[in-house]
Amino acid sequence: MKLYLLSVYQPDGPPPPPDVLDPIIRNVRALQDELKAAGVWVFSAGLHEASTATVVRAKDGDLITTDGPYIDGKEHIGGFTVIKAPDLDAALEWARKSAKATTLPIEVRPFMDQH
Amino acid sequence: MPPPPVGEADIERVFREEYGRAVAVLVRCIGDIDIAEDAVQDAFATAVQRWPATGIPPSPAGWIITTARHRAIDRLRREASRDERHAHAARLLASEPSSGEEEAVPDDRLRLMFTCCHPALAPAAQVALTLRLLGGLTTAEIARAFLVPESTMAQRLVRAKGKIRDAGIPYRVPGAHELPDRLRVVLAVIYLIFNEGYTASAGDGLVREDLCAEAIRLGRLAATLVPDDPEAIGLLALMLLIEARRAARATTDGGMVLVAHQDRGLWNRRLIEEGQTLVRHCLRRNQPGPYQIQAAINAVHSDAEHAAATDWRQILQLYDQWMAIAPGPVVALNRAVAVGEVDGPESALAIVEGLALDRYYLWHAIRADLLTRVGRYQDAALAYDAAIARTDNAVERTFLQRGREAVTPH
Repeated sequence: MKLYLLSVYQPDGPPPPPDVLDPIIRNVRALQDELKAAGVWVFSAGLHEASTATVVRAKDGDLITTDGPYIDGKEHIGGFTVIKAPDLDAALEWARKSAKATTLPIEVRPFMDQH
Repeated sequence: MPPPPVGEADIERVFREEYGRAVAVLVRCIGDIDIAEDAVQDAFATAVQRWPATGIPPSPAGWIITTARHRAIDRLRREASRDERHAHAARLLASEPSSGEEEAVPDDRLRLMFTCCHPALAPAAQVALTLRLLGGLTTAEIARAFLVPESTMAQRLVRAKGKIRDAGIPYRVPGAHELPDRLRVVLAVIYLIFNEGYTASAGDGLVREDLCAEAIRLGRLAATLVPDDPEAIGLLALMLLIEARRAARATTDGGMVLVAHQDRGLWNRRLIEEGQTLVRHCLRRNQPGPYQIQAAINAVHSDAEHAAATDWRQILQLYDQWMAIAPGPVVALNRAVAVGEVDGPESALAIVEGLALDRYYLWHAIRADLLTRVGRYQDAALAYDAAIARTDNAVERTFLQRGREAVTPH
């Protein structure tokens, strides 16, 4: 079994109105239940919006702290799920379900093998 | 009796025919593409040294696979101390019975095809991997064929193989629910290889003919391995029917000759017959798709003894069918050419003018031809200029230049 990170990319700014958001939340919860029932789920979390992020850099012996996300842009990671899957095809199948549930793009990345 | 003499060409032939099969078997046994490739290449290097003295063994593929397997076991054992995975693979490989199963499981090459053409890989990487692992082309050959520096192609291959390994792209035939979509990608890669070889753009002419031959070989393989898919057969038929016209499609100085003006005596009757038989065979299934329809259109062309005998009504019907299942501006443009033959250039021009294909050189070229035929020479000259400005292909430019000269007052 391999571990995969499924990240949700979400536009910055206020969340959509309840008539849009509510069914999304319901679908995402249902998918979480499905992941757990299938024994695939390892960990998942939603994040506060990117404007709440802080970046710390070590440079020439100094530590520099800056407000905001590391990468500028209009979309940032809004949440992620870690799953266990036998191969990329299985992971992509869950990513497809996740993309449908969230209506947002999902980036799939394999974990390095742990030795 | 002494063995018949074995030349380089004989070994080359075995290499072309069996390289992909051997790599596919080894990848299944080892689960590591790089080790599988190295082992198969070692085995062929050994064959080059030995076969001239011993003769080609009765089952060259079996010999290559057995030799490659031993090479792989040796290497994995050497590296076993560093990596538990290698130790495991070596034990597995050595413990498998080695007699009788040297022949590939029929699915091995198909599995490898689906791995190379996985949608998680970029199209350029899919093409390169397929040519490398299934076709046995060297990185340098693939780079030459696609007009990129060898280092770029090498990087592309390393990156793609790295992704297969690290992201866990599986080595298997997809399940029934995924199969149709995944097969579309495999067929698209094969057709891309064929088109790259067919387009007479710059680069090494010989390598490009090799690409067509390789695409047809892969197409035969796909049609054999997935006999239930009429589009796989349609693609093979399409490539054979186009390939059949190779000798007639260029003048001796490399100029381009349209189907209408080709010397049909130069067409390869054997390929046409095979292509037409396949077209009839797949159309009987009554599950038409774009490749089958294109093949059928080409079959109609190859039926005509001379250009004037072409059954344009039937071709137009096939384009109508194509538009019904997969409408698009490029299909509509090609359909307009058939309309021009059936209903005259005015009707065709009306269709062409309505298509938003300004960036496509063929739109301008077809428009130029139609404008010429309705006698609007000044507009035709401008359309030829627009077409010439939109193609980098020297042969096509020369062809368009001639068309332009014909409508320019002297």
